[in-house]
Amino acid sequence: MQYAGKSATAELIASLRQELGLNQSLFQQYLFFLKQTVTFQWGESWSTHESITTMIKDGLGPSLSITLPAFALSVVFSVLLALLSAFFRNTWIDQSMHVICLSLMSVSFLVYIIVMQKTVAFDLNLFPVYGWDPDWQLRWQYVTLPWLIYIAVTLGPQILLFRSAILEEVHQDYVRTAQSKGVPVFYLYSKHILRNAVIPIITLTVAQMPALITGSLLLETFFGIPGLGTMIVKAIQTSDFPVIKAMTVMGSLVYIFFNLLNDFLYFYFEPRMDLK
Amino acid sequence: MKNITAKISLGVFTFYLLLAALAFFHLIAKDFDLVNNTQAYLHPSSQYWFGTDIFGRNVLSRAIHATGTAFSVGVVSSLIALVIGVVLGSLAGYFGGWIDSVIVWFYTTLDSIPYILLLAAFAFVLGQGLGNVYLALGLTGWVTLCRLVRGEFFKQREMGYVMAATALGYGSFRKIFHHILPNILHIVVVQSMLNFIAAIKIEVILSYLGLGVEPGVPSWGMMIDDAQLELARGIWWNLGAATLFMFGLILSCSFLIESVRSYLDPRARSVG
Repeated sequence: MQYAGKSATAELIASLRQELGLNQSLFQQYLFFLKQTVTFQWGESWSTHESITTMIKDGLGPSLSITLPAFALSVVFSVLLALLSAFFRNTWIDQSMHVICLSLMSVSFLVYIIVMQKTVAFDLNLFPVYGWDPDWQLRWQYVTLPWLIYIAVTLGPQILLFRSAILEEVHQDYVRTAQSKGVPVFYLYSKHILRNAVIPIITLTVAQMPALITGSLLLETFFGIPGLGTMIVKAIQTSDFPVIKAMTVMGSLVYIFFNLLNDFLYFYFEPRMDLK
Repeated sequence: MKNITAKISLGVFTFYLLLAALAFFHLIAKDFDLVNNTQAYLHPSSQYWFGTDIFGRNVLSRAIHATGTAFSVGVVSSLIALVIGVVLGSLAGYFGGWIDSVIVWFYTTLDSIPYILLLAAFAFVLGQGLGNVYLALGLTGWVTLCRLVRGEFFKQREMGYVMAATALGYGSFRKIFHHILPNILHIVVVQSMLNFIAAIKIEVILSYLGLGVEPGVPSWGMMIDDAQLELARGIWWNLGAATLFMFGLILSCSFLIESVRSYLDPRARSVG
């Protein structure tokens, strides 16, 4: 019983076992866990004795203002650059983009953060090195650099994945038909090809979602943003088990939600598909 | 063009392998553990190409030794993932039915847990240390491979050669390992190489979370992690050496993967 401390009396241990529900049978503990999951009442953190539900509510805003815009920007940029790369396929533009993507992927996430924090924030003094402001007007200066880093890290793999998804379409017959009808190149790529490549792009995008958690975890701890990522790292460092449990279940729920969303988006973009 | 890239990347990769092997047998970079407190944080010079670290150790030598650590992390953890992924994937794909349901249920559950938390959980149970880094990465990294192998087995088991093997009266074991597996080996090889890269990259993050190798073992993750505090004081060479070494290895390996993929998978050759 690490939690009770070195000088724990038998009484204290007993009361703790009561509090943590360890004196109950495994089945009862499981029921308790299910109840927590369904009602989102996770109890208290071991280290701060704050309600975990409140902690999640407080952390959600900062986390989302880091991840969501960064993720959206990164996907949009990647799709545009992938279209460009597919249009100029097998020319020097495509090849140099390819090399740049692989190079970007060969540097550790941690290095991006450390170096950008030092150069852009500290030396050039463009952004604050560390901190957070809940005020919307002032928030942008704290979130911009994390966004940039996130985009730099995710751009490489996404462009490569999207490019190959688009190239699958470029060789299809309907593209040749459209070309021979004289459809302008811009329309061909934005309407015909992108529309058909959207399914693999969605799948690949949703597959990236879990990585969002890792990303925000590192970004938040380095830039002192009081979000869910910081909460997870603190919980890991202090072995704050209830918080870790709550975050794990929440993470799984998010994952399930995005998979469901994936299916619905399929249906929206590909009405031929039957949802059975 | 493709051929030249493949040759260069293979050359760089072999160079790294050689470096790691020579360091392992203490033929080069012998001074990697030599503590010399009077020479802490020396700037890069002709004697120390990448300067010295906080204990006055030669950073270049440490980076070279860390290459070996990176290789061992990459190879061992992707081998663990390979064994689990291939065995479970082929069982699920070959037999289908309830075996498939159980295995799919198992990896979907595992997959729905945020990866970094799962990894942290494994690393916590196992504790700090190189052996546990192998295990944590191996035990969490097999899901994608398993999924791919399963899907491919579904396709392959309906094909003529498998039917022929059934007609000849071969058992399931022989059909799985002698007939089907060699036909999907390209997927296993490419995915394992991707796992190799991923393991090296994740080792850095594990080091940051304090779940990496023991202190003292040379590793790029530890060097980058140390640099957090050093960089503010203008000491960039620890970070620089680790990043440069890692960059070369991962980049050459990425190019190698693409060459291997286009060589082994005829479909990839026609596209793009």
